[in-house]
Amino acid sequence: MSTLLEAGNVSKIFGGLVAVSDASFTVRTGEITALIGPNGAGKTTMLNMISGVFPPTSGWIRLAGKPIHHLPPHVIAARGIARTFQQVELFTNMTVLENVMVGRHLRSRGNLFTAATRLGGTNRHERKTANDALTYLEMVGLADVAHEDSGDLPFGRQRLLEIARALATEPSLLLLDEAASGLSTREKKELVELIFRIRKSGVTIFLVDHDMDLVMDISDRVVVLDHGEKIAEGTPAEVQRNERVIAAYLGEEPVGESG
Amino acid sequence: MKANFFTSTLLWAVVGLIAVALTPLFVKSNYWLGVLAFMAINTILAVGLNLLMGYAGQVSLGHAAFYGIGAYTTAILTTQYGVSPWLAMPAGILITCIIAYLVGVPCLRLHGHYLAMATLGFGWIVFIVLVHWDGLTLGTSGVEKIPKLAIGSLVFDNDVKRFFLTWVTAILLLLVSANIVRSRVGRALRALHSSENAAATMGVDVSRYKVMVFVLSAAYAALAGSLYAHVVNFISPSVFGFIVSVELVVMVVIGGMASVWGAAVGAATITMLVEWLRSLGEAVPVFKEFDVIAHGLILVLVMLFLPAGLTVGVRDLVLRWVKRRRPAPAPQEKPKEVARV
Repeated sequence: MSTLLEAGNVSKIFGGLVAVSDASFTVRTGEITALIGPNGAGKTTMLNMISGVFPPTSGWIRLAGKPIHHLPPHVIAARGIARTFQQVELFTNMTVLENVMVGRHLRSRGNLFTAATRLGGTNRHERKTANDALTYLEMVGLADVAHEDSGDLPFGRQRLLEIARALATEPSLLLLDEAASGLSTREKKELVELIFRIRKSGVTIFLVDHDMDLVMDISDRVVVLDHGEKIAEGTPAEVQRNERVIAAYLGEEPVGESG
Repeated sequence: MKANFFTSTLLWAVVGLIAVALTPLFVKSNYWLGVLAFMAINTILAVGLNLLMGYAGQVSLGHAAFYGIGAYTTAILTTQYGVSPWLAMPAGILITCIIAYLVGVPCLRLHGHYLAMATLGFGWIVFIVLVHWDGLTLGTSGVEKIPKLAIGSLVFDNDVKRFFLTWVTAILLLLVSANIVRSRVGRALRALHSSENAAATMGVDVSRYKVMVFVLSAAYAALAGSLYAHVVNFISPSVFGFIVSVELVVMVVIGGMASVWGAAVGAATITMLVEWLRSLGEAVPVFKEFDVIAHGLILVLVMLFLPAGLTVGVRDLVLRWVKRRRPAPAPQEKPKEVARV
């Protein structure tokens, strides 16, 4: 199993606050890797660094062997990383379909001149982009609301739309930030099925979640952060037995240094 | 996304052109043709600013500066250096684009109020330069005798011809704007308006797109300015002052941000209003300069009662009224989820 994403001694300091401290871990190609940890452990900070929202203070991140930690987000997207957001960040001024069409930005053509003049097959490209976008909506089950305003969707479906939009970039690595939070039990079940389908299509998944049962059910490997430090990495079974992890989740002092 | 959206945009443009062609049959007064020509110039300005404000969500309180730079460049080149207007106008647009790029790169790093302040400052600086660089701009006395435009032997020397020139240009630019909005570029602009983070993670180069739309909307303003210079044949700094920048923002806001045709409606409304207040001010001196107060009042009222703007707001009011008039459909006719695919 080859390594897709590698983080080495990554730290992030905001002012005086150490959000992530010297964390190293790997995400293997084709697997579902989860990043877990108590509140404030630095999980979302980690995702933000991987997707280029801000750079790490020190350390490095590599995608398929190439460093990406100094790149801006749109370049990282072009390298093959897509993400969803903990606080859903849809383009609420656009329809469901248009949201996914933005996801096709890197995979479609057209500039200011061709747009203004409709030369260079602009209308044909537009139709193709719309059709491509629709297949991603079908994949997550939102094709029936393609022309609704995205802001009008119920919360659970907004999460699905974010996933469709991210998939439309045709990523090699998909980052899911708390994709299950706020979902009903039934919606969570559908989400799990979707995540498995996404992996099957060849996309590697790195997810952050609070829901321990969900994470342990679906992940191939788990990385645990606590107070910005990595305290464990391994299969769900290994992590569950880890004393430092148990201590971190129960809020006790670590019993030993077995992690 | 309808497959035939281009034809429908084109259709509207054709309808607009026909309306323009017929107007002089009904409007005989030179005064009103002049007002209408000015309305077309305001439409160009508002449509350009709307691309920046309504679609990309970036405020500019200094847009009159680009209007002025476009106008002054062509005015100075034609009157002092004898350059043909057909060369001077593109030169004015090009110079404006370069200045907009240089201003936009640092300014568009700012957000919200800070961007508004920076562009306001820029507008003020340009205004002061226009007033005080007498050697080049002739200061407050303005540039006179700017040549009329001519295509071969067709000289745009009367109000009907000027009306056609300005409105055909305005409709072409409306069409261009509508096309841009409904494209990959337009979607990227709307996306960064809604969430810069999300747009960037979709691969949209946010700062590049922001600068691009800033320069584009400055180019619209410069074209409007150079048109103004050659249609009115006289310009002075007061035409490009701060209050004009505010007027443009009001046009975009009451037109309803993020609607190409709305911006045109906004331009028409404000042009008529300003004209009416001006004539009112002439008749009753108390109302002189009343337009400043009126703009403020309109902004507040629109924001309070029609925050989506005049066009969208009125449309929604009508739709609500129609819905209330029509009896509700029987439950079995109404599917649970209305699919519009």
